[in-house]
Parts: sequence; C-alpha cells; structure tokens
Amino acid sequence: MSNANNMSLKLKVWRQNDEKSKGKMVDYSLDDVSPDSSFLEMIDQLNEKLIDKGDEPIAFDHDCREGICGMCSMMINGQAHGPEAETTTCQLHMRKFKDGDTIAIEPFRAKAFPVHKDLMVDRSSFDAIIQAGGYVNVNTGNAQDANAILIPKVDADLAMDAAACIGCGACVASCKNASAMLFVSAKVSQLALLPQGKIEREQRVLDMVDKMDSLGFGNCTNEAECEASCPKAISISNIARLNREFLSAAVKSRS
Amino acid sequence: MSIKKLDGKVPAGPIKTKWDQYKFDMKLVNPANKRKFKVIVLGTGLAGASASATLAELGYHVDAFCIQDSARRAHSIAAQGGVNAAKAYPNDGDSIWRLFYDTVKGGDYRAREANVYRLAQVSNNIIDQCAAQGVPFAREYGGTLSNRSFGGAQVSRTFYARGQTGQQLLLGAYSAMMKEVNKGKITVHTRSEMVELVMVNGKARGVITRNIITGAFEKHAADAVLLCTGGYGNVYFLSTNAMTSNSSAAWKCYKKGAYFANPCYTQIHPTCIPVHGEGQSKLTLMSESLRNDGRVWVPKEKGDSRKPADIPDEERDYYLETKYPSFGNLVPRDVASRNAKLVVDEKRGVGATSVAVYLDFRDAIKRDGKDLIKEKYGNLFDMYNRITDADPYSEPMMIYPAVHYTMGGIWVDYNLQTSVKGLFALGEANFSDHGANRLGASALMQGLADGYFVVPYTLGNYLVTEKPEQENVTADNKEFDEALSSAKAHFDKLMSIGGNRSVDSFHKELGLLMWEYVGMGRNEAGLKKGIEEIKKLRVEFWKNVKVTGTIEGINVELEKANRVADFLELGELMARDALERVESCGGHFREESQTEENEAKRDDDNFAHVAAWEYAGENNDPIRNIEELTFENVALTQRSYK
Repeated sequence: MSNANNMSLKLKVWRQNDEKSKGKMVDYSLDDVSPDSSFLEMIDQLNEKLIDKGDEPIAFDHDCREGICGMCSMMINGQAHGPEAETTTCQLHMRKFKDGDTIAIEPFRAKAFPVHKDLMVDRSSFDAIIQAGGYVNVNTGNAQDANAILIPKVDADLAMDAAACIGCGACVASCKNASAMLFVSAKVSQLALLPQGKIEREQRVLDMVDKMDSLGFGNCTNEAECEASCPKAISISNIARLNREFLSAAVKSRS
Repeated sequence: MSIKKLDGKVPAGPIKTKWDQYKFDMKLVNPANKRKFKVIVLGTGLAGASASATLAELGYHVDAFCIQDSARRAHSIAAQGGVNAAKAYPNDGDSIWRLFYDTVKGGDYRAREANVYRLAQVSNNIIDQCAAQGVPFAREYGGTLSNRSFGGAQVSRTFYARGQTGQQLLLGAYSAMMKEVNKGKITVHTRSEMVELVMVNGKARGVITRNIITGAFEKHAADAVLLCTGGYGNVYFLSTNAMTSNSSAAWKCYKKGAYFANPCYTQIHPTCIPVHGEGQSKLTLMSESLRNDGRVWVPKEKGDSRKPADIPDEERDYYLETKYPSFGNLVPRDVASRNAKLVVDEKRGVGATSVAVYLDFRDAIKRDGKDLIKEKYGNLFDMYNRITDADPYSEPMMIYPAVHYTMGGIWVDYNLQTSVKGLFALGEANFSDHGANRLGASALMQGLADGYFVVPYTLGNYLVTEKPEQENVTADNKEFDEALSSAKAHFDKLMSIGGNRSVDSFHKELGLLMWEYVGMGRNEAGLKKGIEEIKKLRVEFWKNVKVTGTIEGINVELEKANRVADFLELGELMARDALERVESCGGHFREESQTEENEAKRDDDNFAHVAAWEYAGENNDPIRNIEELTFENVALTQRSYK
C-alpha cells in the first residue's frame, strides 16, 4: 500500500551464482517500502521488481516466517539476523530502519557454511553434528510411563532454555572463529540436564565435539558474540557446561 | 465411470478392542527380512520424521525427503499450543473414551469413528515416547508433567513445552531420525522436492524428485511410498503455513489415482494478526487462549474511524457476547471466525485496512491488574508488539481470521493406505481423523500417532501380503524413465512460457478468489463463480506466467511455479467439493444450510459421508466417490453454543 510513511532504501546485496563462482555486492534501490513489512517482505518486494525487469530474483532461505524454523539467515549491516536482539530476520520489521537508509545484506559466512547461491548457505554440517550423538538412543515402543521419570522443574526449565535453539547458525556467523560451540552446547546441555540423557552423556559429548572439530568450525575464545546474536537467547553458560562435560568425559575415557 | 462406495477397511469387533485385535491379525515381516525392504518417506514433519525413525528402528531402509535444508525445519515446528493425550494425570475425569468422543463431536461427525478411537488410544504412548527422547515438557514442582486445558476442552489433557510444543516434538522425532541416519538405516535427501509418483504394475514403487540446489531430476525406487507432506492451506496464498508448504506431492499422487477426500474442509483460525498491506507474505497466529480474557468488539456505526479509546462502551458492539450469551468470546473457532467476517462485511471493521476486529484486554486489566495479564499472556503481547508496533496493554489488539489447517486430504483406509496400492498418507496430508473441524492440540497428536504407532504395523502387513519385493522393480525400470521425462517436460513447459506476470501475482490472485468464494462462508452462486474465475486464471497462468532463470541450478521461481500450477487445479476441486456438499459442517459453512440463529446446520441424511474425489483426466470432470460414515458409539447431535 502506498502511504506517506513508506520508505526508500538503498540496498547492497551479495550476489553469487553458485558455490564455485565468485560473488560481489550489487546495489539496488527500493521505494515505497511499508514500515510494517518484515525484512523478508521487503526482499520479496525487491524480487518482484527484479522479476518485472526480467532479472533473477535474490535467492534467500526462509520458510515459517514466524521465527521458529531456523531457515532464515542473512547478515544485515554486519549483524546476524540484523540489529534487533532476540529476533530472527523474518521477525525483523522495516520500522527498525529509517527512510533513506543504506542496508548491506550478506550471507552467513563460515568455512563450514559454503554459499549455495546469493544469500543461501549450506548448513548441513549442523545435521552431521546432531547425527554424531545429539539424541537419546531410545526406540519407539521402549518408553515407560512418562511420569515414571520425575524431573525437577528447575532442571526441566534449564533443559528447555537450551532446547529452544533453532539451529539457524547465527552463532557461527557472528563468531570471529566461526565456532559452533553454542549450537553444540545447547544440545549437549539439554540432554545432560535430563535423566533421559545421562546414560550416554560422556560418549555423546566426545562424539559431537569430535564431529564439530572435523567439520571446520573454529574454537571458542569467549567473545560471546554468539550469545549476543542468538535469536533464542541461548546462554553461553551452556558452553561452560559443554566444557565441563567434555573435560569430565575425556578424563574418564582415558582411564 | 460410476460413483464408487469406498470401503474404509475398518476391522470388525467392538471399537475398544478393534486395534488390539487387528494388530494381532496383521501379518508380520520376519525381522531378518525387513532389511530387504526400502520405504520412501516424503516430508519430515511430525508424521514423516516419526515414521522414518520407527521404520528404520524396525530394520527397514528408509529414504526420507524434505524441501528444507534440514529435516528439523518442517512446518510442524511452528505449532505452539500443545499435544493432547488421554493420560488423565490431573484426575479430572478424562479418558480415552472422552478424548475419542470430543474429537468425533468436535469434527462435527464427519470423521471415521474407528480411526479416531485408535488415535485416542495411542495418544498416551506418544507422551511416553516423547518424554523418553528427552522432549522438555513443562513440569510441576514435584517433577511430574504439567497439563493445561486448551481450545475450550473441559479437561486438562494438553501437554506442552512453553509455546514451542511443535518444535520440541519435531526435534524429538528428528533426533530419533538422526540416530538412524548414523546407523546407516535412513538416507535424508534435503532440499529435494517430489515431482512425480512412479507406478509399476498398479503399485506405487517410487518417486521422481527435483534437487533444489542442482535442478537435477532423480529417480528413487522403493517397496512403498509414504506421503507425509502436510496440508494445502497455502492455496489461499495467505495462511499461517510456511512459505514452502504446498500440495504438489499430494496432487501428483491424486493424478496417479489417489483419491482426494473432503478438500473443502479448511480451518480458519479466528485469532491471527491482520494483513498489513499488499506486501504481506504470510500470517501469524496468536494463541486462542487470548479469548479467555480478551473481549471481541467492533464499533456499532459503520466506518467509525475514531481511536478505540474514544469510542464509549454504549457505541461498541461486543457481538459474540450479545449473540452467544453462554459461550461469549469462547465460541468455537469456526463460529468466532465467521462472525468476524460478518461484521467486516458490514463495513464495521477496524484499523488501517478495515479488515480486523478488536480483541480488548482493558476490562481484564482493570479486573485482574496488569501484572496478572502479563504473567498469562506476556509472551503473546510481546509477539504482537514486535509485529504490529502496538501495545496491547494500552490499546486493544486487532485480530482477523486466517487459514490455518486443512482437514481434507488424501483419502486413506484404516491402514492409512490410499486408493493406490503401496502409497500411504500420514498426518495432515491425509483426511481421516479430524472430520470437518480439528480441535486444538490434536494435529501434533495425529501426526505422531500415524508415524510412531500406526503405519509401522500396517505397512508390514502390506509388504507381506502384496510382496512388492518379488516384482524386481528398480529405478532402471522404464516406468521411472517415463515418469522422469514427463516431470521434466512439465518443468520445461513452465520455463518456456515467457509471459509477463510473476508467479506470486498469480498465487495472490488465486488466494483472493479462494478467500472470497471458498472461504469462511460459501454459497452456490459464489462457488460457481469461483470455479469459473479459477479456470480463467489457470488458462492465463499457462499463457502468461513469467519464470526467470534456468531449469538448472537454484531457481526459486520455477519451484513456486510448479506449486502454483497445482494450487490452481486444487483450488477448483475445493470449490467443487464445497458446491456438492450442500450442508454446513465444521469448517465448511454453506450459507444455504443454517439454523434460524445462523449456525451451521448439518444434513446427516444426505451428507454423513466422505467425498473422495477421483481424477478422471485433464479434460474430464473428477468423480465424486463416497465412503459412508456410521456412528455406532457417538450419537449425532446438533452443536449449539447459545
């Protein structure tokens, strides 16, 4: 809808045809952006304009557009998911920007997240880490009555805090070392805090960390950029727990 | 061709023991033989992920496919409220029978009783299984699981994990899948879209997929195919579904002989954030728990553009409270939605677009204090504030109904097998358990019931009975090459049109037609007009759609064009189904069939059946087959909320 509050923007967007080709920043201008649009709706609007001209629209990942699937990514003016705290790109609204702003939009960058095209990256390394041990080995049908496992509320709540991770990769993209420690620690913490996860906790942490290292993620040097950029406010205290779990498991595995 | 009466293959015997007896009667696959079978699972939401994991645990080889870059991102993840089960932990009189009864009644008597009873039975196993996986359900201080009442239920049977129950259940099922990936029993094909079903000797034997990254068409053979691809709400363009949620896999199966049942049954959820303008891409649901304390109103006068605070009480119309004195703002979803549309149609809507109604917490805050309201709804108020930039503590929220769930889907029998041998449909993709209206917190339950506890048994029975492995089918069979060629030709055609209108512009126009003519209120004239308009739009699409890019590599426009082409056909089928069902039931409101108080009026004499549509070729009208529904355990009554 055309409206007096609508904005004009200058956009600098990373365009890259595929994993092998070289990419570059391309300038676009976009008028008549409603402040009520989400950031992704603003890109939809730009894409419609590109299609009109016969150009290829910008490829970007997105799906639920309600901040839970973890599909959307993007560095917006150098920040993963943009300037608003605890917010995914899809939940960021254009009213957070001003008329006439220049906005730089790039893909998440990390050795373990190669660019597929434009703003789309390959995050399958996260699946590989979960595959290495991010679960309880319990087959369907094995379960006892759910209330036979009593869990203190405080532990259940802490486990839920960690389990809220949406696997978007903002932590990796924000870290100068491209470390995946926050992601790994969230899953390790969730399962280490719950009795269901205790039996396999040592093997789990060793396997997941080993896999993380082999995939080209960097180490944690306690900068806490990951926590600051996490749309689900996953705390770095989980990384401390991961370190404790790892140390304890490593010591025991040598003896 | 003549109308068929379909057999739901419900086993004989008392409803309470049917499933147990049937599990015993079904044939078993020898444990050593299971590894000889391969199963294709399309979609990795709750149904697909739980089925993949469980089948792999049993020993089958599973090939799982999803559109997203990880199996963990399927749209089940967005479910907020919770998952029902008949555990009766709160000691409030719940039981399997009550959950069964509520679900049949809530579905307005258009579901198959035996399926619903089985669903209620296995609901308890679901909670046990998810807890064992480490799903962090909400707990009481004593360490037991917490329950809440949800969606107007009179018992507290809903288990939840904050407002992220769908996410946590999906991550549980996904982790169970990944454990089997690690053992080599499951291969996950991410960023893959099913584009054709492959039939050999009258059985579903595989699929053709398109790799979204490379654009390559791939052949995959198996002994059975499981369709777990969710619902078709995105036919309306604007819905609470994810952007890539689509009907194409189901539609390709329909065209290969799988009947499409009750496509007109759609659920329109009353409490969503209204559309902000033309650029809107999707809608966001606000939990309906808000109606426990919020009061719904619009101005009495048409076109009253004063700020809500400036409109005195006597000039406000609290229409739900006036019309339904005993239920008030807590009337069921369909009733609340329809009434919102009525007042907006009367030009009494509010906000910049005039397509919204107020949901006002002023009186609740006055009564209970801001702190208590904040404690109850704080996260929802924050979410509303983030999206709309308005503060619901100081001014009323604006809400409007949005398409949320589709009860219709691919027809399945008691085994969850479709009318195509070897093709099974699970979760929202099938039609079976919710009748004409789904109750809150029942979608998660059904997806997981189908995947964890139903199909692992019934699939084995199929494999032993039909012995597909003896037919020596591989992806080298000519049927696979033919299917690949026809799928590729379809995509080539989309690329070759070279028209002037973007894919989205067609999708948006279709969405508006569907909302107007096949939306909350439907009537004969409108449906007929809708069918004509959809046909016209479809013709224009195939002449004038513009798909940029190439068939190789990533081409989002091409993906969307394929989906919209199918929506343009499905939309017509929905309108046809709505036209033929000259009764109101659940989410399907035919204006010609209402009580004196404007409530939905069923016609049990003529319509206590499932309509299962059969594809009859491109230039022929589809055939409306039926499955009679019998109600032996729940008496048919008219719903009333006065």
